[in-house]
Amino acid sequence: MTERLDLPDTEWRGVSRKYVVVDVVGLIIFGLIVAAATSIPTLITGIEWLAAIPVSLGIIFLINILLTPRRVRAIGYMLRADDLVFRRGLMFRRVVAVPYGRMQLVDINRGPLDRAVGLSELKLVTAAASTGVAIPGLPAQVAEELRDTLVALAESRRAGL
Amino acid sequence: MSKFPENGLPENGLPENELNDDESVAPAASIASVPTEAQRLSDGEWHRLHPATPLLRGGIALLAIIGVIVVNARDFFIETLFNSRNEFDPFTQLAESGFLIPAVLIVLAVLILSVLGFYFSWRMHTFRITDELVEVRSGILFRTNRRGRLDRIQGINISRPLFARLFGAAKLEVNVAGQDANVELSYLGSRGADNLRRAILQLASGTRAVEATEAAEATEAATSRDGGLIEQRVNEFLAPEFDPDAAPPESVVRIRIPRLIGSLVLSDATLIALAVAIGIIVMISVTGEYFWLFAFLPGVLGLFGYFFARLTRSLRYSIASTEDGIRVGYGLLSTTNETLPPGRIHAVEVSQPLLWRPAGWWEIKINTASQASSSGQAIAKTTLLPVGDIDDVHRVLQLILPSLSDDESRVLLEAGLAACANDDGYVTSPKRAAALRWFSWRRNGFVMISDAVALRKGSIWRSLVLVPQARVQSVSMAEGPLLRRMRLAELQVHTVAGPISATIGAVDRTDVIAFFTEVSRAAVQSASVDTSHRWRSGSAQRTPITASEAAEEVPLKVAIAETEAADTALDTALDKALDADVAESSSVASARPATDNPEATS
Repeated sequence: MTERLDLPDTEWRGVSRKYVVVDVVGLIIFGLIVAAATSIPTLITGIEWLAAIPVSLGIIFLINILLTPRRVRAIGYMLRADDLVFRRGLMFRRVVAVPYGRMQLVDINRGPLDRAVGLSELKLVTAAASTGVAIPGLPAQVAEELRDTLVALAESRRAGL
Repeated sequence: MSKFPENGLPENGLPENELNDDESVAPAASIASVPTEAQRLSDGEWHRLHPATPLLRGGIALLAIIGVIVVNARDFFIETLFNSRNEFDPFTQLAESGFLIPAVLIVLAVLILSVLGFYFSWRMHTFRITDELVEVRSGILFRTNRRGRLDRIQGINISRPLFARLFGAAKLEVNVAGQDANVELSYLGSRGADNLRRAILQLASGTRAVEATEAAEATEAATSRDGGLIEQRVNEFLAPEFDPDAAPPESVVRIRIPRLIGSLVLSDATLIALAVAIGIIVMISVTGEYFWLFAFLPGVLGLFGYFFARLTRSLRYSIASTEDGIRVGYGLLSTTNETLPPGRIHAVEVSQPLLWRPAGWWEIKINTASQASSSGQAIAKTTLLPVGDIDDVHRVLQLILPSLSDDESRVLLEAGLAACANDDGYVTSPKRAAALRWFSWRRNGFVMISDAVALRKGSIWRSLVLVPQARVQSVSMAEGPLLRRMRLAELQVHTVAGPISATIGAVDRTDVIAFFTEVSRAAVQSASVDTSHRWRSGSAQRTPITASEAAEEVPLKVAIAETEAADTALDTALDKALDADVAESSSVASARPATDNPEATS
């Protein structure tokens, strides 16, 4: 196995460890719902091999849950001189660079699980829908500071579309 | 505000004081102040649309309904006279049940109400164009007010549907970024629309208002010497473009009818149609049931819709450059004419459907920030060149990306469209990527051409995607488990939504990382020096001043170049004023002298 896609000479800033809890709980809830929904055919028809669907899905979710700590460690962002770089993904790695001047909006989202452990998700919106940068698992204080920094930076480097 | 009269500016050139009048003043009062004769539509005052507007916007249907009722009534009258009533005639039924008189009254009331409605909706539909924005107010009970900022204009579209052309009317659309984000002025007088477009573009380009109105006056003087009404209408109908001085001399591309038909017949849609036809025949011969014909009906209809959209886009096609951007015109009976100011094209794709290769034809598509929601319009908006040979492609690319016209770029562009070549400057996929890109791994690659990112893809369906660095929104690279094992990666340049997605996969990982770094750096640099939102002031060049103009307004005309700093200052102030409420708009007024002063002293 070769090393993963990454930018050389980068000091990534990680996200809070508490995000592992949020992610794991979310995965468990989602996994239970999916398993329950997919086991309905087996319960109704009584055909045994249909149970393979919920079982295999359950295994996938279990692997996913076990990998969560590593996945959370793989999330990183960095404020460079002119742009923000964001990295996430273990198996499907993605690295995005968003110039400050291109940011149209900065959102802060907090789900119920996030709120329970005091985390926020910071979302950047550019004119391109495919940019898709959302930094999860930031402590509320950090998220707000980061937002203010980003808005100030975006304002000072404003460009058109 | 008190500074402006000293500068000798006419009051209509400076509409800042009107920025805050509209919501506070009652609609009736401001409408009363609209001048009856719309002399200069761009003077910042409120104007009304073309008088034929109610008729063109649905009045024709009303006339048809009236016609049907009248014809029926006449039949009823004649039949009553001759005592030979038709039992199924609605009038007969009504007369027999004794409801004829109330029914006639109701119909009359509805007619009168709708005529009044059309009339008042025309009266209440007003627009104005000021230095900073274009604004439309409409509606009788439910008032709508739409404003577009001039420096955010993504394109101006003048379309003349067949009926409107007969009345000498045209529809003008000012597109700003977003889904269906357009300020529509339908309908205007044909010549008024052309003058207005030029005036808007001039205001948007960073030229000052005084000159825009002067230019409008000049063209009005030039065009108002036509003969009688009929002659004028005939002239308008025959000429697709009415501003001889601003219109470009020649279209750089001509699509001849044989090529147009050939391109449609040989398009990929034909391949799909053939496959579907074979499918139908096989299904019918296997099952012996003919209902399969109906199963494919929606597809067939969609295909014809597609062909129709392509055809209307290509008839009498013209493309040329003006000083306010590229102008694309098309249409035989209903014509459309679109102006794209510089820097409004976010991505370009030159592609070649499979069957076009023997003929050597190419198609050019673009992404723009302003999107149409209906698919026909979307095809028309995004296809810049429906079909053209390689020379046409180079001519069009020179128009839309002028920075790519040097020899070095041309070589790279040609390599981008050629079959494949080694050592042509492109960074291509390594041999191990052949498992993922069976035929195209030699072609699959990227390079930086002058100030645009170029992605070359496909071997069977060839395409070259160009994204100007200044328009790059963000850039990403990605890998999945398979790509990682092969030490490959995928690169995506994010642009605004459109038919083009600038993605290239299966390229060596170190190459991708290097290119990612290069693109992200270049995007920031290009964006910081990009001034295309005020395209004329950025280049510090202006149209030469005539002697008479210079004599009239010497103190103001001395200074020409707007400094970039002043421009940005104005911009920010404008933003604040537009974003904030009425109370804040005084900051525009305070920003104005700040912008003008460096000019006056330089």
